[in-house]
Amino acid sequence: MLFKLNATTGQPLYLQLMQQIRHATETGALHDGDQLPGIRTLAEKLVVSPNTIAKAYSELEHEGLLELRQGSGAFVCVKRRIRSLADSVHVARRRIRDLIDRLRDDGLVDEEIRRAFEAELFFTGEIARKR
Amino acid sequence: MTNELAILTHGLTKSYGHDEVVRGLDLSIGRNRITAFLGRNGAGKSTTIKMLLGLIRPTAGSGTVLGKQISDAKQNREMRKRVAYVAEDKPLYSYMSVEQTINFARSFYSDWRIDVEKRLLLDSELPADRKVKSLSKGMRTKLALLLAFARRPDLLILDEPSEGLDPVGIEYLLRTLVSSSADGVSIFFSSHQIAEVERVADHICILEKGCLLMDASVDQVRHSYRRIDMVFPTPPSEHDFRIPGVESVKTAGHQMSVFASRNAEEVVERAHSLSAVSVEVAPVGLRDVFLETVREN
Repeated sequence: MLFKLNATTGQPLYLQLMQQIRHATETGALHDGDQLPGIRTLAEKLVVSPNTIAKAYSELEHEGLLELRQGSGAFVCVKRRIRSLADSVHVARRRIRDLIDRLRDDGLVDEEIRRAFEAELFFTGEIARKR
Repeated sequence: MTNELAILTHGLTKSYGHDEVVRGLDLSIGRNRITAFLGRNGAGKSTTIKMLLGLIRPTAGSGTVLGKQISDAKQNREMRKRVAYVAEDKPLYSYMSVEQTINFARSFYSDWRIDVEKRLLLDSELPADRKVKSLSKGMRTKLALLLAFARRPDLLILDEPSEGLDPVGIEYLLRTLVSSSADGVSIFFSSHQIAEVERVADHICILEKGCLLMDASVDQVRHSYRRIDMVFPTPPSEHDFRIPGVESVKTAGHQMSVFASRNAEEVVERAHSLSAVSVEVAPVGLRDVFLETVREN
């Protein structure tokens, strides 16, 4: 499994790692029962603090996406939930496509649309995190 | 609980004559994490580290390292057994070869790990029979680091460990640091290189002119520091943005830019209520946080 963490963005590294693992299970790059590298191995490979990996793994364990077994590492545990998630991602993309079409009809150029999306996402994300 | 902390200081101060190099430093460094001690050249980082190790005496204030008083000779000796330290100038005996230096150092420490020593010697590509005096600056640094990393201390203190290293050497240093941390070693290292700090550090302390300007977890910094760029038909007063968390406000024509250490949402709400036509929130990298924090003071 290949992960890429970007230290210069404003997002904590453990969150980036969580998202990439989550994404990998959604796309099927990681399957149920797959083993993830140990904390030390992954920390050395990505050259980040072992605490970053530990935090991401333990948060994902809370979400039920990983199972941590003492001494033998982290295992992916994907249940039915993923299929429904894939479906809703599919629906979401269709709705976003419709919205973008409408915005283009209103005369906005793609760059403006992209920035509006990012600004809203960032802002609402910020509020959601606060809660 | 002092036992939970690697380093704790109260009002630690050092002056040379009228010159206060370190001023009333209150540090509280947790165990089992990597802490970066950032600051410009001459900010007082090395002086602080030397006080922590008992190499120089504080003018005022007190502190403990691994729960041991830094100014008590007996406690200091006990502490030094459990702390590995790489000094800024990396002192080594120039007449010894790399191998002799390692053999010499090994004999002093009961926590020496031969397997780690062998691996590091291989990874660092140091020539075993070359004399220290004919090593390059980067090689000297690598050798000094090897002598510290080959031990299994409770706390590793490194003063500017990346000096003289090329990018490959820095990568080697950081990887070794991470690996040590995975062994449960607490790490405290000083640096003025943000790029090398921002990946591996769990926590950062910023020192400027002898004072602690910031003491925060890196995740927290990434979470909460934001720059908010706004456009107004008629720019409001900068005073309207003086809310808690706002570190600086700049105005240029119709544009305003706010640098906030927290409360970015409030700034955005304020901007909307002041009828901003455009509001953009962007995260701020550690580099900019450092520059802004140092500049504002």
